[in-house]
Amino acid sequence: MADLLTAEFWFKYGPLLLDGTIDTLVMTGISTVFAYLLGLPLGVALILTQPHGIRPNNVIYKVLGWIINVGRSLPFIILMVAIMDFTKLIVGTKIGVRGAIVPLVVSAAPFIARMVETSLAEVDAGVVEAAQSMGASTFQIVWKVYLPEAKPSLVLGGAISIVTILAYTAIAGAIGAGGLGDLAIRYGYQRRYPPMLLVTVIFLIVLVQLIQSVFSHVSNRIDKRLDSGHKKGFTPLEMLARFTHTK
Amino acid sequence: MSESIIQIQHLTKTFGSGDTAVHALEDINLDIKQGEIFGIIGLSGAGKSTLVRCMNLLELPTSGTVIVDGQRLAWMEQDGEEEKPAHVSEKELRLARRNITMIFQSFNLLMQRTCLKNVCFPMEISGVPAAQAKKRALELMELVGLADKADAYPSQLSGGQKQRVAIARALATDPKVLLCDEATSALDPTTTASILGLLKDLNAKLGVTVVVITHQMSVIEEICSRVAILDGGVVAEQGNVEDIFSHPSTDAARRLVYPGGVSVAQYPAGTHAVRVAFNGGTAYQPLIASLAIDCGVKVNILGADTRNIDGKAFGTMLLGLPDDPNEAAKALSYIRSQPNVSAEEVEYHG
Repeated sequence: MADLLTAEFWFKYGPLLLDGTIDTLVMTGISTVFAYLLGLPLGVALILTQPHGIRPNNVIYKVLGWIINVGRSLPFIILMVAIMDFTKLIVGTKIGVRGAIVPLVVSAAPFIARMVETSLAEVDAGVVEAAQSMGASTFQIVWKVYLPEAKPSLVLGGAISIVTILAYTAIAGAIGAGGLGDLAIRYGYQRRYPPMLLVTVIFLIVLVQLIQSVFSHVSNRIDKRLDSGHKKGFTPLEMLARFTHTK
Repeated sequence: MSESIIQIQHLTKTFGSGDTAVHALEDINLDIKQGEIFGIIGLSGAGKSTLVRCMNLLELPTSGTVIVDGQRLAWMEQDGEEEKPAHVSEKELRLARRNITMIFQSFNLLMQRTCLKNVCFPMEISGVPAAQAKKRALELMELVGLADKADAYPSQLSGGQKQRVAIARALATDPKVLLCDEATSALDPTTTASILGLLKDLNAKLGVTVVVITHQMSVIEEICSRVAILDGGVVAEQGNVEDIFSHPSTDAARRLVYPGGVSVAQYPAGTHAVRVAFNGGTAYQPLIASLAIDCGVKVNILGADTRNIDGKAFGTMLLGLPDDPNEAAKALSYIRSQPNVSAEEVEYHG
């Protein structure tokens, strides 16, 4: 392990690690954006069409729920292999950073839909009713009530989603997606070079910690409800509880 | 008599169907006049909230007619042999709702917006330019006495202040009707009084018709001119508040006016009685005991419905006064001298 402290190690592997980190961040970032583009409207649709929603529609609600559950039942690595042809159709390749983004989005979108649904469900039904009583349209209620009122919770959910996608990118690394996961597997596992494994682990931990602290901080900052019960930070235990819902 | 602002005819509301159907409202007929403060009182589950939600169609009536400010919102249509319920289009309804706004027991303010932005909200959704909305919102905050709280968030306010913001918000679109759904039920007695005072004020100043839903007799007494008593989904009685209070003619009305199951038949005609309301002051036992000790007057408790909330007494008690008019007067003035207690003479007509 003393290797880590030598200039030689960093000279030799530094560029590799930098590339890996950038690849991981690019994959995570782009996938998160696209996964939210799909997942957010889905989550909103679930909230609106649920039996006590403002646009109850059992057919849409059930069908969406079913699709989301199917998406969430497939372990990421299986989904990744299963949709390879689809991936090629969309981005022109099955491997590399580009090839990983499609399965990442497909896998994360249903998860994000549920996260968004959970956050929006926290919005007080009375506030929604008040907006209805003032003559707000469905779109206005979504845009001016549901999303702004749930913003702190959505931001926290965002941290969980990003961390989940980050974890998936490491799995994607197993089949040649690049990134830190790829380095860990190729150098740390296949070439039995523990220092590389250790460095990637440290990098991943730092990334997750950074993401979580920034998002928790932002969530707290933008939350205008001062009363206890809502304002408390995001404890590791709560995070664990949420993680049990992930694959 | 002035013009009608809300007319409800043969309104029914049923939840569910078949054997599990719940008939929340049955054949409701109300005629609320422009500019009055109208009370709807009933116990929990009587259908008050459902009824008020039928006025702005947050609940769609199962049958019947709802007319607000001359506009039919819901009605019955002939469909071949059958009559079917019909209502205005969604777009028309959204416009109509600007004219009949609502405040709630739990205030329902947007927690992530400042008070000023909350008041701006209904203007925002109806397309009022932002600058104009802000100006009007500031005026309204002034009107409800919270000009200094414009930039505060709802979580920084007390319950009474939140309700004031909610009132300002409800008035933003210049409504003709303000529906108050248990608007003071979550507030302490002092705050309740100040909110009721504000509603009375606004009614006088702006001419807005106020419909008050409550389970508290004291609220009706305080501000309403007319009242409908809702019991088990039907209007048991309606009329002027004084008339109903002095001569409740139905069981439901008597239960509310004389809680504690006091029935007229139990007492001889002409029993001299006084209804005592406890508004959160002294506990009620010492009142009766000290009345006996201090004045030497013995009163008979005909019925009582009092609750101890946080060590304070709330509720009403019906006392039978001595036949001797001097003694009765003495007792009455003693009771009236107590803080947080109000007394009202009632005459039984057996």
